[in-house]
Amino acid sequence: MLSFYTLFYKETLRVQKVAFQTLLAPILTALLYLLIFSHVLEQHVEVYPGVRYTAFLIPGLVMMSVLQNAFANSSSSLIQSKITGNIVFVLLAPIAYGEFFAAYVLASVVRGLAVGLGVYLSALWFAQPPLQYPLWIVVFAVLGSALLGSLGVVAGIWAEKFDQLAGFQNFIIMPLTFLSGVFYSIHSLPDFWQDLSRFNPIFYMIDGFRYGFFGVSDISPWFSLEVVGGCLLVMTGFTLAMLRSGYKLRG
Amino acid sequence: MLPAVDVRQVHKHYGSLHALDGVDLRVEQGEFFGLLGPNGAGKTTLINLLAGLALPDGGEISVLGHDVVRQYRDSRRLLGVVPQELVFDPFFSVRETLRLQSGYFGLRRNDAWIDEVMHHLDLTDKADINMRRLSGGMKRRVLVAQALVHKPPVIVLDEPTAGVDVELRQSMWRFIQRLNREGQTVLLTTHYLEEAETLCGRIAMLKRGRVVALDSTKNLLSTIAGCRVRLKLDSTLPASLLPQVIEQTGESYLLALSSYQALEMVLAEVRQAGNAVQEIELLQPDLEDVFIRVMGRAC
Repeated sequence: MLSFYTLFYKETLRVQKVAFQTLLAPILTALLYLLIFSHVLEQHVEVYPGVRYTAFLIPGLVMMSVLQNAFANSSSSLIQSKITGNIVFVLLAPIAYGEFFAAYVLASVVRGLAVGLGVYLSALWFAQPPLQYPLWIVVFAVLGSALLGSLGVVAGIWAEKFDQLAGFQNFIIMPLTFLSGVFYSIHSLPDFWQDLSRFNPIFYMIDGFRYGFFGVSDISPWFSLEVVGGCLLVMTGFTLAMLRSGYKLRG
Repeated sequence: MLPAVDVRQVHKHYGSLHALDGVDLRVEQGEFFGLLGPNGAGKTTLINLLAGLALPDGGEISVLGHDVVRQYRDSRRLLGVVPQELVFDPFFSVRETLRLQSGYFGLRRNDAWIDEVMHHLDLTDKADINMRRLSGGMKRRVLVAQALVHKPPVIVLDEPTAGVDVELRQSMWRFIQRLNREGQTVLLTTHYLEEAETLCGRIAMLKRGRVVALDSTKNLLSTIAGCRVRLKLDSTLPASLLPQVIEQTGESYLLALSSYQALEMVLAEVRQAGNAVQEIELLQPDLEDVFIRVMGRAC
């Protein structure tokens, strides 16, 4: 248990040591999105009746930051450790693969939630979305960041150079996030794109998370919970199997 | 008594390369054991398998009776490995690095031992310095310290003194020898054969993934009969002695002798030819001679 805790602590300490890059920069980026999109669209778009566009946008941006940073945390830490070679210190230690998984994913959840909270608190300056069901907010933030943290473990282990990881991030994570309803409701899309969005697990995370604020969503939050929970279970099983096999870690 | 390290018929392939080809090896508890071989012989592969950094394709390895694959947590707890590559985590200071390493091994309050290890490796005044700011030699010391934080009964040193200055080598070996005297087993790979000769009680030589020699250092040295003499003359060596020459630099000759008595004959022939000996040095066979002979024989 102490092995797990130490690895988790090491990961969170690393985040603190480079807080400008890991915490402050993503908060600033999200606020810039908010500033620009709300300025341009505030007067033209009303997604939910009686809800200002800026207020609608805030939960989406918060969740996008949570997810992107959860992924970035585990993936970048692992690839850095692999490339510099210091992953050997973890591999030499009596750390079970389950502890390894839990430490990296939990650290990703912590960073994702820290960035998300920072974005939310800063965004209150622009608009104050209601908090209808805080428990749904917490559930989707934790499950979503755990899922992306787990995906980050897979990507960080699979990638052999930063270029491959950047490809994973820019060609998979970024499009899935941007096309998940962060900036719009999928009901505003043509039928084809609405149907396609339903195959994007991040759509369910954003939609369920937003339900916690407004009590309104495109899909039932219970169904979103089933999809997100199911994806997390599948991803956890896959990542544990990969770690157990020693794929790309133990030659 | 359980062997400290037991390697049984271990095979490892990397693509078409048969890196380890049925290696059998047994290191007893308390030994200072040397693993020698040219580059690519399989030394680091064997250590990686022992440490769980790679998985064997066949055979079994155990550390104090614990299989390195099936009981990996127990076997890793018993091992302290100094890796060959100079690696470090750039985010942390020396003390943070050692505390984290202790935590990975399940040790919570380990500062007393960390302080002692840092003291013996001359790291005390660098304790709060970030790893990035240390010289190569200092980083190497931290690697050694990291391997020792959990007081492992079996210490594995993979080329620990590569590129390290004399001062560190000496202080490091003093500390490792002390741990060995206190009962810890040491498994060493090195390219410095004089180091292995001085430190190791037994030696295994690997070539192309196979053990080609395994014996006590004393027995290995005794396989080289006779001695050598280096003579510096004022003119050329008599032709009758040329078959014994191993090496020549100007008027300096290195000759192989079948025994110490043969030296008398050599000097008599030199005198008879009217030459004068300006310098003379009698050399004992060393591990390098054994190494060259074993590697040459084992094709």
